[in-house]
Amino acid sequence: MAKIEYKTVKTVTNVLLFVNGIKEASYGELAEIELEDGRVVNGQVLSTNEEVTVLQVFGETSGMDTERTKVRFSGSTFKLQTGPELIGRVLDGMGKPRDGGVPVYSDQKRDINGSPINPYAREEPSEFIQTGISSIDCMNTLVRGQKLPIFSGSGLPHNKLAAQIVRQAKIPSKKENFYVVFGGIGINSEDANFFMDEFKKSGAMERTIAFINLAAEPSMERLILPRLALTAAEYLAFEKDAHVIVILVDMTNYCEALREISAAREEVPGRRGYPGYMYTDLASIFERAGKLKGKPGSITQMPMLTMPSDDITHPIPDLTGYITEGQIVMSRQLDKNGIYPPIDLLLSLSRLMNQGVGKDSTREDHKNLSDQLYAAYAKGKQVRSLTEIVGEDALSESDRKYLRFSDEFEKKFINQDFSENRKIEETLDLGWELLSILDKSDMKRIKPEFLEKYGKWKQA
Amino acid sequence: MEGRIISISGSVVIVNGLNDAKMNDMLLVGDRGLVSEIIKMDGENAIAQVYEDTTGLKLGEKVIDTGAPLSVELGPGLIGSIFDGVQRPLDVIMKKEGQFIGSGVRVDPLDRKRKWHFKPKASSDQEVEEGDEIGEIKESSLIKHKVIVPVGVKGKIKKIVEEGDYSIEEVLAVLDGGGKKTELKMLTKWPVRSARPVAEKLPPVIPLLTGQRVIDTFFPIAIGGSAAVPGPFGAGKTVISHQLAKWSDADIVVYCGTGERGNEMTEILSTFPDLKDPKSGKPLMDRTVLIANTSNMPVAAREASIYTAITIAEYYRDMGYNVALMADSTSRWAEALREISGRLEEMPGEEGYPAYLARRLGEFYERAGRAKLLGGKTGSVSVIGAVSPPGGDISEPVSQNTLRVTRVFWALDASLANSRHFPSINWLNSYSLYTDELDDWYYKNVGKDWPDLRKRAMALLQKESDINEIAQLVGYDALPENDKLVLDIAKIIREDYLQQNAFDEIDTYSSIEKQHSMLDVIMKLYDVEKQLVDGGIVVSTLENADIKQMIARLRYTKEEDIKSALASIRTEMNKIAKAQRG
Repeated sequence: MAKIEYKTVKTVTNVLLFVNGIKEASYGELAEIELEDGRVVNGQVLSTNEEVTVLQVFGETSGMDTERTKVRFSGSTFKLQTGPELIGRVLDGMGKPRDGGVPVYSDQKRDINGSPINPYAREEPSEFIQTGISSIDCMNTLVRGQKLPIFSGSGLPHNKLAAQIVRQAKIPSKKENFYVVFGGIGINSEDANFFMDEFKKSGAMERTIAFINLAAEPSMERLILPRLALTAAEYLAFEKDAHVIVILVDMTNYCEALREISAAREEVPGRRGYPGYMYTDLASIFERAGKLKGKPGSITQMPMLTMPSDDITHPIPDLTGYITEGQIVMSRQLDKNGIYPPIDLLLSLSRLMNQGVGKDSTREDHKNLSDQLYAAYAKGKQVRSLTEIVGEDALSESDRKYLRFSDEFEKKFINQDFSENRKIEETLDLGWELLSILDKSDMKRIKPEFLEKYGKWKQA
Repeated sequence: MEGRIISISGSVVIVNGLNDAKMNDMLLVGDRGLVSEIIKMDGENAIAQVYEDTTGLKLGEKVIDTGAPLSVELGPGLIGSIFDGVQRPLDVIMKKEGQFIGSGVRVDPLDRKRKWHFKPKASSDQEVEEGDEIGEIKESSLIKHKVIVPVGVKGKIKKIVEEGDYSIEEVLAVLDGGGKKTELKMLTKWPVRSARPVAEKLPPVIPLLTGQRVIDTFFPIAIGGSAAVPGPFGAGKTVISHQLAKWSDADIVVYCGTGERGNEMTEILSTFPDLKDPKSGKPLMDRTVLIANTSNMPVAAREASIYTAITIAEYYRDMGYNVALMADSTSRWAEALREISGRLEEMPGEEGYPAYLARRLGEFYERAGRAKLLGGKTGSVSVIGAVSPPGGDISEPVSQNTLRVTRVFWALDASLANSRHFPSINWLNSYSLYTDELDDWYYKNVGKDWPDLRKRAMALLQKESDINEIAQLVGYDALPENDKLVLDIAKIIREDYLQQNAFDEIDTYSSIEKQHSMLDVIMKLYDVEKQLVDGGIVVSTLENADIKQMIARLRYTKEEDIKSALASIRTEMNKIAKAQRG
């Protein structure tokens, strides 16, 4: 198809290009913008009418003008070329190589926006993934096909946790094709290097596709990057029947880019200047996790975001929490106390846990035990804050036990080494051991038969 | 009539050249024929919201006006189905399109070929009018689908078919209404944005029992009532919605997943067929209609989905059924409204929501109610709407406007949820304005002591929170013994009564009789112990550990074993009363 070049650019802003008199543009279509010096930048149609077409520019608009800049429409939406050649590669936010290798060419092109999964075609995620981390495996169980984000704060070891999960995540007693898709969104090069090093060390690199947009690179690419990552993941999961874990770091940068483009379009802002459609936009990313009927593969998402000033009610974590199937929340206080991973269990949740635990996958007592640990830890933390007012001496005997329990629980259960990979049985047994600090008669969340079978109370 | 697209922005398109277009007409936009609806007329242009993904749409593509407002198809085959926001059957789409939903897929909502066994209930020469039943169909093991005379139709039956198998488009009867002939079929259509008429609204006097103790006992919803469930993420809105869909004693449940997670719909689809209705023992799917417009599906269809759902609910109400509608979550619907309003560049009201948000919410909840139907029977639609306030702060517009038009408020509490107290309905903040109207029913059907029992238990919980405030200052030891007893019993109510494990086979559902027995025995324990404490016995020396254990186990006791469990608790109580008094 002969490409028509338009030279009717009317306005150039930081991230937008307004082009006049285009009849052919279709909504969401990809365009090439050629600068006077021959540089080519991509753009996408945001809206179009008979007078003006608005393009979002992926890259720098510096150097563009209203006279010499040329625009060509590609006739299609943004597509990623997918194939086995992608595996092991490191690409940038536009899907171009950043590892010095050759560009990926394939006959197969997939629209990066994907299509929504038919809810009827979904299969309920239920396969337990052992991450070897007690506070996740026992308390906030991850299952294949789940989207479970990590809510962190700046300076907390979320990257370490993500790397540890990638290294250790597996389904007990199964060896299958397992891949990692890594999306680094606006991260700094040290973080990027950390992940690449970790993947290389653990041998995961040859099973990884990485997309990285560094902090200094065009912010508009950040809107494309997670979609590229998920398109690659869909290729692996639903065509290559693989189990894919997608790590997206840091979704806060994605949302900032979204706010930037929304402000540039002069849209009515929602809360804190983020666009009103941010929920829908984030959902179009996170809902691309899951399992399909009749397909063996799965996409598990672990997006990571930093909560601005550790505020969980900030729109970014808030909207994310409404879409994802739970959240792992990091605590600055635990981190200060030297606990790793500093997971704030009371704020954390895995919504799909019930499907993934129990007799057939982990152990029959798992759910009861975790409920009881939750209740006891909550009570212990309550007592701890009470102690700050009335002093430890004023506590009742039972309260003192709860205080001891929650201290031990943090030190022995939540706390574990970066290289420590606990089996689920070890984790559960550890939980029972800690419960024995408390009175057996307080164990209201646990069925009596499990108390007898697994309890570690000394016979009175 | 064909028009042309002259502007595209997200899900909103502007169309020129539709001469006879009317507000709310359904359009087929573009070469793919995307479903859309006119939401504004502006001179020669019609502005429409598109219910499918508009990516790839071009200026100049044709637009067809169907000349009719956006409607749903009504007839047998709704039960057990799963539809998207504009009533496309998702199972059929999957067969046709595979696992992903493309745009421009045209599928009939109801199966045209399937034959249903029709039994006539009227005969030739009979005079019938709107709302009258002319026959019935066994739609599922639980539901007899009544074929009724549509609104605005009356006359003498000239011809009616014999009992037999017919498809939804075959003519079942012909009416002669003063020379005007009307053919009646199973299939009818109704515009989603108009409420189906009833003869008269009736007062709410019967509770919609849900098997959830905190709800049925303290904050009941009436049949035909409306309830709002606001809560932050993770507080358990969806679990409560699912529990009500499973266990409420409505005849039919319409579950509308609006802008929520895909896997939640999957959970319903995979668990409901295996769950049994506690009354009939039949699979729950046989009384359920699902509407799923998940968060990644087109935003405008999300806006339409709750109207699709409530129209279907009203349709079954008109057959004389009690229908319960769960909408999870109405906030997503409101956000869809906001997004479209933003694209229309309307003047925003509070937090960017359009100024008509309150009116739209009011109109929706007003479609709930128990009513005398056109045919003379009674039926009802109860509406339970989940709300997802940003940051859990219910001072925002959607929560506030919803609370104004609903009569039950189940306040979900993040701190309860964090300590895994489920359902996390805060007993101090929640309310039900139906309590007084329903007391009469409870008095007659559950026990004369019920209203009193409920009030006393609630008073204990209120007192507990007061005492806790004092205890924070003076320490537990300094409390009077009577107060310590209140704390003790309130703890039992909280832990062994209010808490309910949705994932335990037995605890997930408590009949109202079981609730009555449990609450009764807890309050008996209070009475017995109060006497002892008044007689000078210190709370910490009460020998009640065994009784507490037995009460704690009542939750997990099967309905048929409750009686014997209660008997042994009573014996134990008497023993202690005697021993300690003596």
